Amino acid sequence: MDFSLGERSDTFREEVRSFLDEVFTDEMRERIHRTGVHHDREFHRAMVARGWLAPGWPEELGGQGRDPLEMIALAEELQRAGAPTYGVSTTLMVANIIRHVGTEQQRQRFLPPALRGDIIIALGFSEPEAGSDVAAAQTRAMRDGDGWVINGQKMFTTNAQVADYAFMLTRTNPDAPKHRGLTTFLVPLDQPGVEIRPIHTLSGERTNLTFYTDVRVDDSLRVGDVDGGWKVMTVGLTFERSGAQGGESIRMLEAMERWAAAPRPTGRPPPIGEERVKARLGRAAAENEVSVLMARRCAWLEHSGQLPGVEGSMAKLFASEAITRQSAEFLDMLGPDGIRSQGDPTAVEGGAADYGFRFALGTTTYGGTSEVQRNIIAQRGLGLPRPR
Amino acid sequence: MDLSPTDEQRALIDSYGALYAKESTTARVRAAEPDGFDPALWAVLVGTGVIEMSVEEASGGWGGSLLDLALVAEQQGRHLAPAPVIEAQVAARLLSRVPTRPATSLLGRVLTGDALVTLALHRRTGGELPLVPAGSVANAVLCLDGDRLLAVDVAGGRRGVANLGCLPVADVEAGDVSVLLEGAAAAAVYEEAIDEWLALTACALCGLGSRALEIGVDYVKERHAFGVPIGSFQAVAHGLADAATAVEGGTLLAREAAWSSGADHRRFRQLASLAFGFTTEAARQSSYRSLHYHGGYGFMLEHDIQLYFRRAKAWPAQFAEPDVAFARAEAARLSPGAG
Repeated sequence: MDFSLGERSDTFREEVRSFLDEVFTDEMRERIHRTGVHHDREFHRAMVARGWLAPGWPEELGGQGRDPLEMIALAEELQRAGAPTYGVSTTLMVANIIRHVGTEQQRQRFLPPALRGDIIIALGFSEPEAGSDVAAAQTRAMRDGDGWVINGQKMFTTNAQVADYAFMLTRTNPDAPKHRGLTTFLVPLDQPGVEIRPIHTLSGERTNLTFYTDVRVDDSLRVGDVDGGWKVMTVGLTFERSGAQGGESIRMLEAMERWAAAPRPTGRPPPIGEERVKARLGRAAAENEVSVLMARRCAWLEHSGQLPGVEGSMAKLFASEAITRQSAEFLDMLGPDGIRSQGDPTAVEGGAADYGFRFALGTTTYGGTSEVQRNIIAQRGLGLPRPR
Repeated sequence: MDLSPTDEQRALIDSYGALYAKESTTARVRAAEPDGFDPALWAVLVGTGVIEMSVEEASGGWGGSLLDLALVAEQQGRHLAPAPVIEAQVAARLLSRVPTRPATSLLGRVLTGDALVTLALHRRTGGELPLVPAGSVANAVLCLDGDRLLAVDVAGGRRGVANLGCLPVADVEAGDVSVLLEGAAAAAVYEEAIDEWLALTACALCGLGSRALEIGVDYVKERHAFGVPIGSFQAVAHGLADAATAVEGGTLLAREAAWSSGADHRRFRQLASLAFGFTTEAARQSSYRSLHYHGGYGFMLEHDIQLYFRRAKAWPAQFAEPDVAFARAEAARLSPGAG
């Protein structure tokens, strides 16, 4: 047994750290916070310049052939820094799907521009009436000559306002059983019939509700088989569950440790001397270490040729529940000053706990709610019977 | 990174797993209550070299790593073994790091099986060492008194204490003592031993938590209510899913802590304490949920789950509640040179 990620991974991590020190400026941080848009063209270009949009891909496909243990180091550092990677990661997730289930023509058409950073792809899975039960999607795609006509609504189409395409789950056969009448498309967003309405969230992050009215899509933009959309989704959801965990919590804990250890102007001893404060910080440190280890376990499984399943659900469930718990605990620890918000000059450590408290609740939902993860763990991990 | 055991580690897990499965059945665990010591099991364990394994070769042992001991501790916990393996190993390792004649001589007696030496987790209060783990079966107790590392001969008097976990703890009179080491080095080796006890106990708690979970999972698959197996209710399934997540997370953390003792020592103190605090709660969660999902049967002494439930709380309580370990970890995180 060896818990170190190894020299290659460590070396790459150092490169990523110096890159972030240089590129991820305070000005950029401020811009992300102000706009709520977790995609930044300048940052995106810098990532492209390094070849870090898909460094885990083989070189012949525009990647760097990096292994999963290097990739987890990259993901951990980006997450810990709070870098604006959401647009990059959704684009890459779809590019990965195209790579695995797309046609040769689609691979040639979309993969090079995706890796050059020339296109951004948003996700169009959830709907107002279909969240965790993503296969309940009602957005209709109907044949029309050589192409398709799409009508419906998609919820939480984050970055749609800066994206070129939405990767969309649609219903093509309403008479087939739920999972068998679905088809996925790359829908160009810059066209008549697409309406993008902003949704503002608890964490300040902007997402969207998107409407599609008689939107025409060429059949060449269909990904996977007609009515084979669930298979495509299964590939996609696997990617969404393996990634770094714990980075946001680590950043929040480091802010709380700075607060606890800083000398007080009144001359009173800093709170770190109190056992209760130390215990709270230590408890978060334990949870963060577990989050990191669980995510690294998924990377290691991939590295050794296995596909993380239940392990990914555990990592996601644990990390999102942990940050939810910790952020509330930290607000308690800070006392009344905890509610001074990020952006206010008097906020404690930039409002890290206030932000964490707002941010955490999103993590317990996207990529499958905590309840969905628990179902997966109970049924696939523990072999418990499905509810009747 | 490689999270699967090597062939040697796998052999260690399998052989101790088989030994405990045979010699530490729940019937034997019950038979050893309330004293918490099974002399026949202990003899078999000592015969396997479980103490020699813990001491480096230069000191007359077999040079096992803390990770090796951790894998044995997981099995120890899984089978609730009524034998003070962790205490004896930690005490032997401590003695092997003390280069004085009394320590070397005591270690010699430990390695020949003539003495069972344990470790006090708390300072002396008055003339007494309270709740010494394995205190009711040991011949000597290692403890720190100021800046002196002492070996206390239990012949001076001890009183076994009836307790929640049916553990062989005793309040020990600190009468007849020999000084093993004095000065800053004494505290350093003692604190290192505490870290090792915390890390190994964390591993034992993972084994316990993992077995308790299996018992609960098996039960809720079989037991029917309202016409369906109760494991099909989300209220039950989700409680077990959370417990499984905590136990698996705890196992990764506890193994990492044991690994770091040899491979990344600057993080060892922090990780050992984090692992202890975390696995204390994970084992509690797992054994509590499993017991509760047994319904009224869980409350009956006849069902085995209560054996796990009581020990999940009592083992770690010999040291302290989780928050004390978390605070210890935080102090280590903030100290210069920590990883």
